[in-house]
Amino acid sequence: MTDESRPDPDALLRRVQAEEQREKRARLKLFFGFAPGVGKTYKMLENARELRASGVDLVVGCVETHGRYDTAGLLLGLEVMARKGVEYRGRTLREFDLEAALARRPAVMLVDELAHTNAPGLRHEKRWQDVLDLLDAGIEVHTTLNVQHVESLNDVIEQITSIRVRETVPDALLDRADHIELVDLPPEELLVRLKEGKVYLPDQATRAAESFFKRGNLLALRELALRVTAQRVDVDMRAWREAEGVRHAWAAAETILVCVGPGPGSAKLVRAARRMAAGLRAPWIAAFVESDARPLSEQDRQRLDEHLRLAESLGGKVVRLSGSGVARELLDYAATENVTRIIVGKPTHLRLRDLVRGSLLDELVRGSGDIDVHVISGERDEAPPEAAARSGHDQHRARDFGFAALLVTAATAVGSFGRAWFDQPDVAMLYLLVIMLVAARWGRWPSVLAAALSVAAYDFFFVLPLYDFAISDVRHLLTFAMMFGSGLVISALTFRIRLQERSARGRETRTNALLALSRELAVAPDAARAAGALATHASAVLGCPATVFVPHGDGPARAAAVAGMPTSGPQEQGVVDWSLEHRRVAGLGTDTLPGAPVLAIPLLSGPTTFGVLAVEPPASLTRDERDLLDAFARQGALALARAHLAEEARAAAVHVRAERLRSSLLSSVSHDLRTPLAAITGAASTLRDDRDRLTRPQQEELEETIVEEAEWLERLVSNLLDMTRLEQGGVEPRREWIPIEEVVGSALDRTRRLIDGRPVTTNVPHDLPLVFADPVLLQQLVANLVENAAKHTPPATPIEIEASADDTAFVVTVNDRGPGIVDPERIFEKFYRAGRNATPGAGLGLTICRAIAQLHGGTLTASNRPGGGSSFRLVLPRTGQPPEVTP
Amino acid sequence: MTTPGPLVLVVEDERPLRRFLRTALSAHGYRVEEAENAAEARIVVTTQSPDVMLLDLGLPDADGIELTRELRAFTTLPIVVLSARGKETDKVDALDAGADDYLTKPFGVNELLARLRVALRHARPPAAQADSTFEVGPLYVHFQRREVRVAGREVHLTPIEFKLLALLATHAGKVLTHRQILKEVWGPQYATQNHYVRVHLAELRKKIEEDPARPRLVTTEPGVGYRLKDRLDD
Repeated sequence: MTDESRPDPDALLRRVQAEEQREKRARLKLFFGFAPGVGKTYKMLENARELRASGVDLVVGCVETHGRYDTAGLLLGLEVMARKGVEYRGRTLREFDLEAALARRPAVMLVDELAHTNAPGLRHEKRWQDVLDLLDAGIEVHTTLNVQHVESLNDVIEQITSIRVRETVPDALLDRADHIELVDLPPEELLVRLKEGKVYLPDQATRAAESFFKRGNLLALRELALRVTAQRVDVDMRAWREAEGVRHAWAAAETILVCVGPGPGSAKLVRAARRMAAGLRAPWIAAFVESDARPLSEQDRQRLDEHLRLAESLGGKVVRLSGSGVARELLDYAATENVTRIIVGKPTHLRLRDLVRGSLLDELVRGSGDIDVHVISGERDEAPPEAAARSGHDQHRARDFGFAALLVTAATAVGSFGRAWFDQPDVAMLYLLVIMLVAARWGRWPSVLAAALSVAAYDFFFVLPLYDFAISDVRHLLTFAMMFGSGLVISALTFRIRLQERSARGRETRTNALLALSRELAVAPDAARAAGALATHASAVLGCPATVFVPHGDGPARAAAVAGMPTSGPQEQGVVDWSLEHRRVAGLGTDTLPGAPVLAIPLLSGPTTFGVLAVEPPASLTRDERDLLDAFARQGALALARAHLAEEARAAAVHVRAERLRSSLLSSVSHDLRTPLAAITGAASTLRDDRDRLTRPQQEELEETIVEEAEWLERLVSNLLDMTRLEQGGVEPRREWIPIEEVVGSALDRTRRLIDGRPVTTNVPHDLPLVFADPVLLQQLVANLVENAAKHTPPATPIEIEASADDTAFVVTVNDRGPGIVDPERIFEKFYRAGRNATPGAGLGLTICRAIAQLHGGTLTASNRPGGGSSFRLVLPRTGQPPEVTP
Repeated sequence: MTTPGPLVLVVEDERPLRRFLRTALSAHGYRVEEAENAAEARIVVTTQSPDVMLLDLGLPDADGIELTRELRAFTTLPIVVLSARGKETDKVDALDAGADDYLTKPFGVNELLARLRVALRHARPPAAQADSTFEVGPLYVHFQRREVRVAGREVHLTPIEFKLLALLATHAGKVLTHRQILKEVWGPQYATQNHYVRVHLAELRKKIEEDPARPRLVTTEPGVGYRLKDRLDD
């Protein structure tokens, strides 16, 4: 907490930079008034004379003296620039000569009437643009401005004076001003001066002047001018406070907080707050405190949402607070936001309730400290609040009351006819039953009616004297009271049960929706699927488009999953990006960009933002929908986090495998490459150097060695390359429809030198369907199997190739009559070699075979055959329908 | 050696391979001209009019397939491309661009000579083929009579099968890509229906091969196309 008293270093830096810049750049001094005639020009010239006297290079760029001698007299002794004549509609307008002013380049230049519109044909349309040019050129400018020309006040001025001011100056110029000097004059004096003709009015304003120069108007304008100046002071004050590390609230500007609830009077409160805020030109906040102790009914929520929406639409900021103490929460929040005024509604309930529950108003007033508390009455003309409230609570129809009356009548009838068997208390019980039934079936008010009718009927029909409402026995009064009372209690209980049931049903719907989502998220294999599930479910539950965005480098977020037809304009993207960057909810119905049609909820898990869930509901979401959406976002974020972790783990595993492969590759390759290289080098050098001493058969043997070893090297390198490519997943099978016969044929053709002299039998039925596979890879697979058989079996033993197909799969087997396999699974491992004395090889052929089989969604297994030898069995699933072949 | 042998242009950027080709080809009576890159190759082609060209597809300064297409615009010079294993699509592209045949590196000298021989034979203007016959191993084809015999026994082929066999026979020893076959036999609009060729070729093999699963006459070049042998190896 000690840190808070220390100035934010960034803020400090900003201030220092701003000051440096301000010192460098030319100054702008504004003489600010609330109406023409208050003496701005006069004041400016007075000031100029003082400066001139102290030797400042000061030039009067343009000053409108409007023929007033006292003003004109001040010009004497000052350097005044010539005006530029501009022809316009047959008249010569004398305008400020910007070019000449820039050429003259004095230290200070006086330019009157900042809001002036230049004649057509000049460099700028507006004089304030000329002034900006002067400032850019490093010339200090003194100028004059009336409050009605301030852009942001335009609407207000129109409201006050009914005059639309067309010549406006952007507020930025006020901000740019280094010094604003308020030229003030009491309205009464101004009116006197006006009467004396001392105030010059432009032609077009003369007609309006009468309505403009009314005392009320002038007072309002004066107040506005004072406030603008004061606000300006406030800005300076804040800068000073930042610099000095002052923290506690200093309410130079107003902030209004209005307490909103579901009650019908709240709409009026909202409007009142808006009016007050507009009057003060202060920001305002509509706050609602959700009490943990008393949850709201569905109808209350809807009305509350309406009020908050109204507040938003009127430009208020909306916050939802929650806690048990409404007053406490409000005051805490007010303190953090420097709230100066709190608006609450006048209590309409009975005093008794305050005694039981405590009074919000009372607590607020007591705890408010410096804050003003305004109490405003509920709106009577809007609708009878009670009726509105009730009709909102239970939508009873006349029919329901009719049913209640009918049941009471029925009970009366039963009681009357059964008088012989029933005692009086039995009849009372019968009525109680009816009241209960009505309460259970039709709710509170019909049951109240039923209770009243029951009491009346009981009295009339069953209590002596009969058929008379008079009561003979006082005891019956107690019975009536108890009957009525029970009826009320029962109906109240029933009502509460129904409320609970309704909220339980809502909860159940939400729980089911969440369950459905989490089920799907649980099985989502990757982030993309998880995003898809999230978008789909959010869209289904809200019945609107939903999109899941994920961060995409430094650029704007990218849509990872879309459900429905979202509009994707720059505004939507802006909301999404803001939410992603600030890790906060944004868009529709929130504090940030509430006008956007899209609501963006960040998907947060720990310190990471995994994305944003954006929905486009047709209207603002209800509290329940928002809660559900938040829950969705949490679930989604968890799923995305999990998917990311899984992907990282997978990447790590791949990396480890690649590392392992690389090391075993190195050890294998270094040996397997060197052996044939040594043989080739030895044989070749012997042939080169000792040819004369070698016999012809010896020479031939060496030559044969070179060829064989070179071929072996070639196979090894090819296998290594294939293996690496298959391992890295860089091989995409180029599938075509091929006859298996052709695959077997080309595989045997490729290995024909290896299987020379062996009995090779093929059993490939000619009518096998086409297989959808990569012809090159499949041929390589079969060829490798044949080669493997040839290498590992004694010469002249047979090799058999069989192919068959059923409805689901193709089977190709390559059988031999060799020594069989020691370990039918390990032989598919990389660099595995069967036995010490086996024909040398890198031990990759079978690994490649299996990889190719898997690439086609198939399997390759090895087994020992009965009667000796091994069998390799390739199973490929049958996919799709082979195309027709026309003859 | 009374007549000078055919002039082979070897376009290959690897020196050891050039040396091997020069030695092997000279020993078999070929004259050899070498080019290290596409630019040199263009000069040799236009100035020396070689009889056949061995073109490595992986040249430093140009794409071999592009060069093939470029040369085909003005010359019928037979081109045999050299390519690595696993680059089947490159081979197909080169063949479809106008190359006559291909050799997969590494290759033996016998394979090289066989390809050159076939390429040179097909380069000569065909003698009045309409009346000619084709014979390899047990297979006998009489083009005009549309007669096919295997080991002296007459075989009945469907019109498509005969067109297929006749096409392969006219280009005997040369590889034909699926696309080339489809265009010739079925027409250009079928150029991507590779399975047509495969299915009808399987039928043809059933009729002319002893064991269709171990074909000796029409061999499959996986991923590239088919080749009808112009002589049997054994």
